[in-house]
Amino acid sequence: MSNLSFVRTEMLPEREPPLTEVGVIGWMRENLFSGWFNSILTVLSVLFIYYVLSGILPWLISPTWNAGSLRECREILVAVGSVGEHGASGACWGVIRERWIQLFFGFYPSQFYWRPIMAFVLLAVALAPVLFADKVPTRLLYFSAVYPFLFPWLLWGGSIWGPLGAAAGFVIGYFVYKSVEVRVNSLAGIIAGAVTALIWWLVLFSPITSWLANLIPLGLEGVRSRDFGGMMLSLTIGVVAIGMSLPLGIVLALGRKSDLLIVKSLCVGFIEFIRGVPLITLLFVASTLLNIFMPPGTNFDIILRVIIMATLFASAYMAEVIRGGLAALPKGQYEGADSLGLNYWQAQRLIIMPQALKISIPGIVSTFIGLFKDTTLVSIIGLLDPLGLSNAIRADSNWNGIVWELYGFIALMFFVFCFGMSRYSMYLERKLQTGH
Amino acid sequence: MSDLATEREIDRSKMQVSDEIAIEISNMNKWFGAFHVLRDIDLTVYNGERIVIAGPSGSGKSTLIRCLNALEEHQQGRIVVDGTVLSNDLKNIDKIRSEVGMVFQHFNLFPHLTILENCTLAPIWVRKTPKREAEEIAMHFLEKVKIPEQADKYPGQLSGGQQQRVAIARSLCMKPRIMLFDEPTSALDPEMIKEVLDTMIELAEEGMTMLCVTHEMGFARQVANRVIFMDQGQIVEQNEPEEFFNNPRSERTKLFLSQILGH
Ligand SMILES: Nc1ncnc2c1ncn2[C@@H]1O[C@H](COP(=O)(O)OP(=O)(O)OP(=O)(O)O)[C@@H](O)[C@H]1O
Ligand SMILES: [Mg+2]
Repeated sequence: MSNLSFVRTEMLPEREPPLTEVGVIGWMRENLFSGWFNSILTVLSVLFIYYVLSGILPWLISPTWNAGSLRECREILVAVGSVGEHGASGACWGVIRERWIQLFFGFYPSQFYWRPIMAFVLLAVALAPVLFADKVPTRLLYFSAVYPFLFPWLLWGGSIWGPLGAAAGFVIGYFVYKSVEVRVNSLAGIIAGAVTALIWWLVLFSPITSWLANLIPLGLEGVRSRDFGGMMLSLTIGVVAIGMSLPLGIVLALGRKSDLLIVKSLCVGFIEFIRGVPLITLLFVASTLLNIFMPPGTNFDIILRVIIMATLFASAYMAEVIRGGLAALPKGQYEGADSLGLNYWQAQRLIIMPQALKISIPGIVSTFIGLFKDTTLVSIIGLLDPLGLSNAIRADSNWNGIVWELYGFIALMFFVFCFGMSRYSMYLERKLQTGH
Repeated sequence: MSDLATEREIDRSKMQVSDEIAIEISNMNKWFGAFHVLRDIDLTVYNGERIVIAGPSGSGKSTLIRCLNALEEHQQGRIVVDGTVLSNDLKNIDKIRSEVGMVFQHFNLFPHLTILENCTLAPIWVRKTPKREAEEIAMHFLEKVKIPEQADKYPGQLSGGQQQRVAIARSLCMKPRIMLFDEPTSALDPEMIKEVLDTMIELAEEGMTMLCVTHEMGFARQVANRVIFMDQGQIVEQNEPEEFFNNPRSERTKLFLSQILGH
């Protein structure tokens, strides 16, 4: 029998892995050709992609950028010899060149294009501290707080006193809340604050602001809602509805889980009703029926009505998504928070919601994306969002018969925003990963 | 199960039971629906006592100590904790909860917050301690439970024993006068049980009033001044640990001890 004992006298140095394991070859071996079945799939996929691209690319790359009508497009295509079995074949990009500004801004007065542009650039600034809290100075949050008043003012214009007055309502409410809270308690404070703010907005707001506007007429020229259109309209509706549906959804989800029977039934009823009807019916209600219920003579902006309906619709879905997140939290989290003496709102804000929202991120973002794409439904009630505009453009005799280029471009615009949201949610999920 | 919780000599100089009452439970009853979980509980706990509550599964031990900080609501009887009557008044409940620390079987740390944030959260929001000071307090207690170097990690990155020690530190940061433990070691591997028990023993040595639901009979023997045996929602027997283990009176206690001690 040989000797079984062994002692290493010399330690082995680290060696490079073989070339088949690293680099391009290694990657391809592992991901594309790991076994005969995988290799066949790879080859088939490549053939398929080639087939699809060879059909689409020649169509896409088409020298029709400067054409002024569909007829001109066809002439150009025939001239360069790009002719298929049904006549000229190739995209007609002239329509995009001629109409892209309209697809972005609708009939917004062109001398004021800087206003929506500025509104959306500032939107990015206002969102930065919210979306990238760890990379952007916290002080920017003050701007985020001011932005909701700036946004409608930039878009719709009007006297500067409007947004200032609206903001003043919050300030007044806050101070009333603070002063009542120290003297009585926080519930009375909230009620008193809300009531004073409401009185301010409903009663004092319009006389005071119009008086101020006469005294110091500062402001931007007004733009009517019916001149809004294009991507700008979709973004306006989408951004506001997204921004408001999340807090509303949280409130509804908490209400649905509440022990208070009345609160609970109201929330359940609201959620189930809103989820049970198609958005388009809500939009029809917004565009026609609502006027019947309004006192005669009141002019309730159509975009505002649509935003409200879209918000309500999305918030019902949001509430259910967040309820899913709440249900996924172990009971121990509530007990941990309770046992430390945190009250209900502190526990919700510091312990429960951060975790429930994190769990719900994919669902929340799906709802956001769905809501943003649903804004195209407003074309049915006559608002000129990109889809509504596309109908108008197609009705133009120059562009009669154009389909793919227009819808493709609109789809691309939506895709950019939806893809952005989707990537952000993945980034956020990765960032919030805390190892469990 | 080891017979002793620790090999070392326990310093009993500060383990003084005073005659001030910490908790007074009189004639307390609780039902879950129609199920009568706790029946006519009478119990007075004095400051500085270390009480171990034992009993078979489902006997209502957890429910009893969870009633003390109103995680469960009792339907009849009176509970006074540290001079405050436990009623439906939310102010009283919050007051009691901030005076009474609780450690759970499954730690219940907040996974989205770092260890340090777990420990400073309640002092900052409930006690309104300035952040800097809360962090100092937290580091003090994290050192005490011997894991200051983990302060910036998340709970998910710690072992079970470390998490449970963080949970203890988190409770201590509120400077509680009473600590409740609900099977703090039941979810842990044997080596980790020891480190958590060590922490609890040190706490006892400092004179903390403690109520522990535990199956660690070594801890009961060495640290407790009183062992309470519960069965079917009632206190069946209570005594000093020596007497309780060597000379159990009720048949149920004898049966339970023979099962748990394995002879
Ligand atoms: N939320 C609840 N609803 C209904 N019944 C409950 C609830 N919590 C506990 N019970 C029941 O009350 C009884 C006592 O439960 P408790 O958790 O207090 O027992 P325990 O003594 O702590 O047991 P264990 O040693 O298994 O932890 C059990 O029969 C349990 O099924
Ligand atoms: Mg239990």
